[in-house]
Amino acid sequence: MNAKKLVTKIAVNLLAWIISIISLIPLLLIFLNSFKDSAHASDMNLKLPTLPLAWDNFANVISKGKLITSFFNSAIYSLGSVALCAILAAACAYVLSRNNTKLNKAIYMYIVLGIAMPINYVALLKIMSFFHLINSRPGIILLYTAVQLPFSVFLMHGFVAKIPVDLDEAATLDGCSPVQLFFSIVFPLLKPALATVIVLTFLNTWNEFVSPLYLLSNSDKWPMTLSVYNFFGMYQTNWNLICADILLTSFPVILVYLLGQKYIVSGMTSGAVKG
Amino acid sequence: MNKSKTYPLYFTFGALLLYTILFVLPGIFGIGYSFTDWSAYSDKLNFVGLANFKTIFSADENYFKILTNTLAFTLVTTVLKNALGLLMAVLLTKHIKLLNFHRGVMFMPSVLSTLIIGMIFTSILDPSIGLLNTFLNSIGLGALAKPWLTTSEFAFGSVMAVDIWKGVGYIMTILIAGILSISPTYYEAANIDGANSFQVFRKITFPLLLPTLATTTVLNVIYGLKIFDMVYAMTNGGPGKATTEVLYTAVFKMFSTGQYAVGTALSSVMFLFMVIIGYFMIRVMTRNEVIE
Repeated sequence: MNAKKLVTKIAVNLLAWIISIISLIPLLLIFLNSFKDSAHASDMNLKLPTLPLAWDNFANVISKGKLITSFFNSAIYSLGSVALCAILAAACAYVLSRNNTKLNKAIYMYIVLGIAMPINYVALLKIMSFFHLINSRPGIILLYTAVQLPFSVFLMHGFVAKIPVDLDEAATLDGCSPVQLFFSIVFPLLKPALATVIVLTFLNTWNEFVSPLYLLSNSDKWPMTLSVYNFFGMYQTNWNLICADILLTSFPVILVYLLGQKYIVSGMTSGAVKG
Repeated sequence: MNKSKTYPLYFTFGALLLYTILFVLPGIFGIGYSFTDWSAYSDKLNFVGLANFKTIFSADENYFKILTNTLAFTLVTTVLKNALGLLMAVLLTKHIKLLNFHRGVMFMPSVLSTLIIGMIFTSILDPSIGLLNTFLNSIGLGALAKPWLTTSEFAFGSVMAVDIWKGVGYIMTILIAGILSISPTYYEAANIDGANSFQVFRKITFPLLLPTLATTTVLNVIYGLKIFDMVYAMTNGGPGKATTEVLYTAVFKMFSTGQYAVGTALSSVMFLFMVIIGYFMIRVMTRNEVIE
């Protein structure tokens, strides 16, 4: 009995390690090869890099791949849409959740339907060029925000319902205007849901590739994903540089993941699990 | 308290405006454009009726292959991600050392950029220097080393496998949350009755997890139908004629070559299809809110 239990225990732990290693190897591969010189990296194996580490890969990539510009572009796009999305989604979900009229229910359904909807990029370009939003930074920020809104509204809507309505009533009796009530009383209480929306929107927009591919022909406005892909095409034989580029591009994502794992998991599982 | 005054409708206008103009309108205008001969080569739009849809659904063109590819991709990845994700979730709700470490590591691939994952795997699956074939050769399984991405025989399967590798941790995470929300009293009762672990899974965990599995299925289907980055980075529709071509990569090719009308017709088919799926998805997802 005890021997059997021990064997099961070892087996499940071993299995967990095997799956974890399979999940980690590709990332390890990138990490190791970004510190090798071009000749050693051409095999793309898991051997440890030889000393001295090829730190100049990073400097090389940053200058050749125009990474400084791309980094700032990505940062502007992500932060801009994160801020816009958080405020718009919170305001919208708050009213839709608090005032449960037929019209508001319909509006909620209409917005949440966007979680499944695909974008018709061909027609989108026509509309965006009408508003002069093609090849423009504000255009990308507005589009990212529009795409991230449905899920953010969904998340916020569930959360607003948990905040007691008594607060609103007391504040209104004290003479708070609707705008004051929302920004000074309700908005601060939405912090946990806001954190989730911020983290998820950041990750999704930082990783976004399709929209800039359609909308941005001007390489000065490319985000990291587009320039890393372009770099991949140009330096296909220099895996050390490609790995360094991938590492730099993924670094913010991994950082946000490690810091905000709690919020990511709660956001990604909401709606899927009761409670 | 007057609700409409305290919660004014204009709070929703910002979100509604952006969402409608940049998300819904393209879908609806796109349906309109599908009945025209819109292209990069002429300034005039002519009404052509159902001609574009006839092109899409005709058997002699590649478009039909593109539709079936997309559906096959969606079906295979959905089934396998659910099955493997369920196994991993059951494994990671047992008493395992470093449980949170394992959960975190297995979830990590799903937060990384799909495009970058695709690029990394073009190296790993390279026929001669790739890590996978080198590994197979080194443990004496050289016969299993194949040209994964360069032959039509294996390319689509390889792309699907990488997508499963990337997405399974996400499904696992949702299912773990689902398993943890099952009341422990069921398990205590089963323990008293002397049920073995397989019986516990079949009679308790699995049935009570079905609603969660319904959600993961819907999420997978939505994701699968929209797949673009993975295919674009790994094979870009090749090798050969439309071996791994899916809807979004085909639309992008039509856009790049100026065939706007066919591209938008293909997008519209997808749009209508997914709005219908979306409707059911919302019913599933908002069901939980109602219970609260």
